[in-house]
Amino acid sequence: MMPEARIPEVIGFAFPNDIHITWSLMIVLYPYLTGIVAGAFVISALYHLFGREELKPIARLSLATSFAFLLFATLPLLNHLGHPERALNIIFTPNFSSAMAGFGILYNTYMLILLLEIWFVWRKEIIMIARRSRGLRRKLYAAMALWTYDVSPEALEKDRAATRVLAAIGIPSACLLHGYVGFLFGALKANPWWSTPLMPIIFLTSGITSGIAVLILLYLISMKLSGGEIDDETVASLNRWLWLFMIITVSLELLEIMTLAYEQSAEWEAIHPLLTTRLSFSFISVQLIIGSLIPFILLMMAVTMNRYLHSKVRNTLAFVSSVLLLIQVFSMRWNVVIGGQLLSKSYRGFRETYYPHLFEKEGILAGAGIIVLALAGLIVFARILPVFEGSSGLSEQA
Amino acid sequence: MKVGTQGNLTRRKFLVFSGTLGLTLVAGGLSGPGRYGAEGDEGRVDYNWEDHLYVYLIDTTRCIGCGMCVQACKRENAVPDGFFRTWVERYRIGESGRMQVDSPNGALNGFQPSPVDFKVSKGFFVPKMCNHCQNTPCTQVCPVGASYTTKDGAVLVDHVRCIGCGYCVQACPYGSRFLHPVTRVADKCTWCYHRITKGLRPACVLACPVGARAFGNLKNPDDPVRRIIATQRVAVLQPELLTRPNCYYIGIDKEVR
Repeated sequence: MMPEARIPEVIGFAFPNDIHITWSLMIVLYPYLTGIVAGAFVISALYHLFGREELKPIARLSLATSFAFLLFATLPLLNHLGHPERALNIIFTPNFSSAMAGFGILYNTYMLILLLEIWFVWRKEIIMIARRSRGLRRKLYAAMALWTYDVSPEALEKDRAATRVLAAIGIPSACLLHGYVGFLFGALKANPWWSTPLMPIIFLTSGITSGIAVLILLYLISMKLSGGEIDDETVASLNRWLWLFMIITVSLELLEIMTLAYEQSAEWEAIHPLLTTRLSFSFISVQLIIGSLIPFILLMMAVTMNRYLHSKVRNTLAFVSSVLLLIQVFSMRWNVVIGGQLLSKSYRGFRETYYPHLFEKEGILAGAGIIVLALAGLIVFARILPVFEGSSGLSEQA
Repeated sequence: MKVGTQGNLTRRKFLVFSGTLGLTLVAGGLSGPGRYGAEGDEGRVDYNWEDHLYVYLIDTTRCIGCGMCVQACKRENAVPDGFFRTWVERYRIGESGRMQVDSPNGALNGFQPSPVDFKVSKGFFVPKMCNHCQNTPCTQVCPVGASYTTKDGAVLVDHVRCIGCGYCVQACPYGSRFLHPVTRVADKCTWCYHRITKGLRPACVLACPVGARAFGNLKNPDDPVRRIIATQRVAVLQPELLTRPNCYYIGIDKEVR
């Protein structure tokens, strides 16, 4: 965090140290990325564990997406830390009374489960590519297959069984990784806008919403680019899941506000002016109207009239809703992380809205760069391991 | 008590003068008027933290809002501009229920007279700082254990271990912590730990011209601060949060958080 060039304007009275934004755009970005990680994994598990056949076309894409975003999820944290060179202290010398100390365990556990599942899911392809290739490429794929070329039906059945087990333990693991970020905020009694037991659940369901939205966009775009066929059943199913999770998310978000308002507590006295002045655009206009109400209506049309929709209409509804819901989830993260810091712990005032700069260390460019890196990671992944069966997709012809 | 309801230049000049005088007297080793708790063991080097359990007492009925404590703290601890290990708040409350609270630049330069558009029925100053809580949320949330409580009761930050995540800053309900813009680690009031372990008092206590700030040792049976806390009516900030502060207040109002 850098000291700001001028003293931020304050309405009411803020404790003098409260006028600084300690947690910047990077801390908005981190739960945004881990939410997508969790959401994409849940969709992959719907196929691998619960056998939702209609999601098979994107089952691999969702695992790859979860992995690529997980790989770069730590970058915003490292960029934010005052001393990133000491970051590993969290893993090697954690202070277990801190919720944040769980980071190393949760992140590494989930990473391990994800890597194992990816290996079991792609093992057959890795072996096939190794057999077809020559030279260094062959050696690389042979190493990835751990030099075992067993593709007998019994071995493949074991792969599927292992995948099911890993998907089963992967769901709570992914949910913990993301839900605990919500807990970090929800379990701070100092901040009335954060402190609620609903916070981990809201984070989780909104994370799953954003994960599904990302998968819809990636699926539609990569099929468009590769000329592959978009499966109507898949999109219809994703629409249903997206609608369900967005309803749960928005209901919980509104429930939180309504409870605060109805209780007429001291917290509400401070939060009410925050929402209606400083956050009126990002909360009311973006999060509630553009991000929630409009996609709710669009998805309601897509889901309830699914049978009568032309593929193009269904895909367009899915695409637009996904874009809007990604904006919704981002604005929710923003309104929580930044909104909570605009409000002073004096309960008597709040500072002016914080705008990240384009070029600063924790600015917009750095944030956009991290998202681009995650997407680039996904493309590299798809170059190494095919993410769409039976079509070239993002990858070379398998 | 009329202090702070309204100000004028002559009074302000008088306050600054008397503040300077008070500082000079204390620096000269003399006891100021009505001062609590001089430890009387200055210069000790054989320090044993088992013998101490520090406690801080702020008498808001004495505070004149001169800001000498804020200045002393800034100089003693090289506190960066715009950040505060201690600050002073001014409360002006009217019978209508209207009120105004301010702390311009943490009261580093005291308070200027400023009009309010309601009739002030009571006004007072409240010095604020780290409460060195016994059940402190800030050390609880530190992911690497860089924030800790010493055996003599001070809540400190290990600047070599701190990773600069800012979680403790968010967890402190009193706004006492900040991320230092130069060292990039969490920073806060230490009760001038480098001084108190040598038998000296914190810089803010020393600088206060009216004895509004006092520092004591609960393990010393003859300690005047210990006696006041034990026998008089004292309050702590935000008691409902159960942080159990080691910083006590006299004469605090319900409006103070």
